[in-house]
Amino acid sequence: MAASNEFRTCSVTGLKVHLPAEALIKANAVVAVVFLAVGGLFGLLVALTRWQAVHILPAEWFYLLLTAHGADVLLFWVIFFEVALLYFASAILLNCRLATPWLAWVAFALMLAGAAIANVAVLQGESSVMFTSYVPMKAAPHFYVGLIVFAVGTLTAVGIFFGTLVIAREERTYQGSIPLVTFGALTAAIIAVFTLASGAIILIPTFLWSVGLITTIDPVMYKVIWWGMGHSSQQINVAAHVAVWYAIAAVVLGAKPISEKVSRTAFLMYILFLQLASAHHLLAEPGISSEWKVFNTSYALYLAVLGSMIHGMSVPGAIEAAQRKLGFNAGIFGWLRKAPWGNPAFSGMFISLVLFGFLGGISGVVLGTEQINLMMHNTLYVPGHFHATVVAGTTLAFMAFTYLAVPLVFRREIVLPTLAKWQPYLFGLGVAGISLFMMGAGTLGVARRHWDITFSDAPLTFEYPPAAILMMGLNGMSAVLAAIGGLAYVLVVVGSILFGKRLDAPDAERPRFIPRLPTTVAAYGSAGTLHVPGTIVLVTVFFMSFVLYYFVNWKYLSEIWPMR
Amino acid sequence: MAITSPEKRVWWNEPLHRPEVIWITIAFLWGLLMFGMMVYWHVAGRQNLSNEAYKVFPEKFAEKVEDMVAKYKVREEGATKIPVVRPPPGSDVYVLSRLWEWWPILELEKGATYRLHLSSMDWQHGFSLQPVNINIQVHPGYDLVLSITPDKAGEYTIVCNEFCGIGHHQMIGKIHVVDKK
Ligand code: HEM
Ligand SMILES: [Cu+2]
Ligand SMILES: [Cu+2]
Repeated sequence: MAASNEFRTCSVTGLKVHLPAEALIKANAVVAVVFLAVGGLFGLLVALTRWQAVHILPAEWFYLLLTAHGADVLLFWVIFFEVALLYFASAILLNCRLATPWLAWVAFALMLAGAAIANVAVLQGESSVMFTSYVPMKAAPHFYVGLIVFAVGTLTAVGIFFGTLVIAREERTYQGSIPLVTFGALTAAIIAVFTLASGAIILIPTFLWSVGLITTIDPVMYKVIWWGMGHSSQQINVAAHVAVWYAIAAVVLGAKPISEKVSRTAFLMYILFLQLASAHHLLAEPGISSEWKVFNTSYALYLAVLGSMIHGMSVPGAIEAAQRKLGFNAGIFGWLRKAPWGNPAFSGMFISLVLFGFLGGISGVVLGTEQINLMMHNTLYVPGHFHATVVAGTTLAFMAFTYLAVPLVFRREIVLPTLAKWQPYLFGLGVAGISLFMMGAGTLGVARRHWDITFSDAPLTFEYPPAAILMMGLNGMSAVLAAIGGLAYVLVVVGSILFGKRLDAPDAERPRFIPRLPTTVAAYGSAGTLHVPGTIVLVTVFFMSFVLYYFVNWKYLSEIWPMR
Repeated sequence: MAITSPEKRVWWNEPLHRPEVIWITIAFLWGLLMFGMMVYWHVAGRQNLSNEAYKVFPEKFAEKVEDMVAKYKVREEGATKIPVVRPPPGSDVYVLSRLWEWWPILELEKGATYRLHLSSMDWQHGFSLQPVNINIQVHPGYDLVLSITPDKAGEYTIVCNEFCGIGHHQMIGKIHVVDKK
C-alpha cells in the first residue's frame, strides 16, 4: 500500500525502515530526553535540599520542584520514550509501515501540549500537590487538564501501535510469530489501555471537582483508582525495559531467548496478574480489609513477581549461552568477564538488570508485604525502592538502548565515545547510591516528601538518629554522581544527533557500538544441552539474598509495638 | 533472535530446560510461601493493622477528642501549649491531625492496651511514630481504630509523612509512654 519511496533499507540490520515512522520515533525520543534533562535537574535540587548540610531550596520551591520532578521523569520522560519504543517494535522490527502517521503526529502534539500545560501549572506554584495529587488537596484545574490531555495523546499512540500490528499481519511483512521484543511491547501496550482507562476514571472527576462541579471525592476511593493507573503504569515500564534488555542482548551479542515459550509466558503473566486495584499501595489505609489487601497484593501466588524472576534467569541465561557460542567458555564466569563492558549499550543493560533485580525487585516485594509495610509506608524507603526500579531499571535500560537507536534511527555515529563508555557506570553507581541510602534512611524512619527533618521551626523537637542524617548526606553525594551520569548521557545523545558522523553514506563505517556478529551465533541449545552454570550461580545468589532480607524484615516487625 | 521472529515457527511445544524448570518451581513455591506468611502473621503475629474503621464527620471526631482532653488533661507542653492527656488504660484515646499539628499529646502506660483513634480534619496526613517506625495513613472522614500496646517506655514522636502543604515539615506530635505508677 505505502509508496516504496517511503522506505529505506537499513545498511546495518537489513530491515526495511518506514521513514514517517522513523521521523516519529525521533521526535518522541528527543522530547523524552528533554524531559529527562529538566526533570533530572529538579531531582538533583531536591536531593541537595534533603542533604541537611546543603539544604539548597526554600520549602515552597522544594515541594514545587518535587512535584515537577515526579511528573517530568516518571510520566513524561518515560512515556515519550515508550511511545518511541512502541513505534520501533512495531513498524521497524516488523518491516512494516506505521498506521496513520498523521494521527501519530496528533498524538505527539497532544502529549506535548499536555506535558507543557502540566508543567506550567506546577511552575506557577498553585499545584504543588505531588504527582499523586491525593485529594482533598487541590491543584489548579489546568494541572489535571494537562494530565488528561497527555493521557489522551498516549492512548492514541497506543492505538496506532495496535493498528500497525494489524497491518503487518495483513500485509504479511513478517513470517511466523512476532519477535519476542515486539511481544513484550504488546504486553506493555495492553496494560497501557487499562492504565489510561483508570487514569481517565479518576482524573476527569477530579478535574470537575477542582472547578467546583463536584463537591467531594472520597480520598480512599481516589487512591484505589488512582493507583489502578499509577501501579499499572509501572508494570508497563517493567514490560518495556525487559523487552529492551532482550533487544540489546540480541543486537550486541546475538543472544536468543533460551526458550521463546518461557519468556513469552513470563510477559503474559504481567497482563494476567496485573494488580488491578494495586493493593500494595493501600496497605496502610483505613477502611480496606486485610483479606482484600492480602489477596490482591499477591493474588495468593505472586505470579507477576514470578514473571520477573523468570526474566531474571532467561536474560542472563541468553547472554551466557550467546557468549559461550562465541567461544568465551572459560570457567563459570569467563563469559561475563569477557562481555563487552566497554560498550555502553551492553554495560547499561547489564547494570540495569542487576540493580533492578537485587535492589528494586527484592525491596519491592518486601515493601509490598501487608504487615511489613507498616514499617515503611511513606518513609524514604519508598522512593529508595522505586529509584531502583524506575531509574536504575527502566531509565538506565532506555539510556543503554539509545546507544543503538542513535546509529540505527538517527544514523549518526556516537560522539565522545569515552564519555559514553563511562556513562552507564557513573549513572548506575549514583542511582544505586540514591536507592540504597534512601532505603536506609527510610528504615530509620525518615519521612519522604519532607523539607526539614531537623524540624528546626516546629513547635516541638525531634531528632532522627545521626545515621539517618549521614545517609541523607551520602544520598546527596550519590545524587551528584547520578546527575553527572545523566548529564553525560544528554551530552552524548545531543552531541551525536547534531554533530555525529553521518552513517547514511553508502560507504559508511559500521557503527561503533553495534558489532558485526559472526553470521550465525547458531541456534540456541535445545533441552539437555543448555549449559549456563554462571547464570545458575547468579540466580542462586539472588534468591538467597531475597529470602534472607525478607525474613530479616519480619524479625524487625516482631519488635515493634504490638497492635491489632 | 529476540528482535526477529522465532526461527522455529512452532516454538510453543519445545521442551523446557531443566535449570529453567527448577527455577520456575522454586520461584513459584516462594510466591506461595510469601502469601502464606501474610496469612500466618494474622493468626500468630502480634503486629497487624486493624481493619476497624468508621466513616465520621470531622466535627464529630473533634468533639470526642475535646471530651477526652477535658476529662484527662494533666498538663501542657511545647511552644504552642498542647494539652497532655493521660486516659486510663484500656480506654479509647484519640489523636487528631490537622494543618499542621497532631493534637493532643498522649501519655500512656507501658504494657497497657488502648484503642487509638486516628482521623484528619482537613487533608490526608501520615502518622509516622518514631523511633519505633510505625506508619499509618490518616484520612479525613475516616476514623481508624487500632488497639496498641506500647511495650517500651520513652518519648515517642509523631512525624507527618504524608505531604500536607507548606507546613508539613513542622507537623510533629508526641506520645509519652511511662512506667506504671
Ligand atoms: C539524577 C537523577 C535523580 C535524582 C538525584 C533523584 C532524586 C530524587 C529525590 C531526592 C526524590 C525525593 C524523595 C523525597 O523527598 O520524597 C525523588 C523523588 C522522585 N523521583 Fe527521583 N531522582 C532522579 C531521577 C529520577 C528518575 C529518572 C525518575 C523516573 C523515571 C524519578 C522518579 C521520581 C519520583 C516518581 C519521585 C517521587 C515524587 C513524589 O514524591 O511525588 N527520579 N527523586
Ligand atoms: Cu500532615
Ligand atoms: Cu504532612
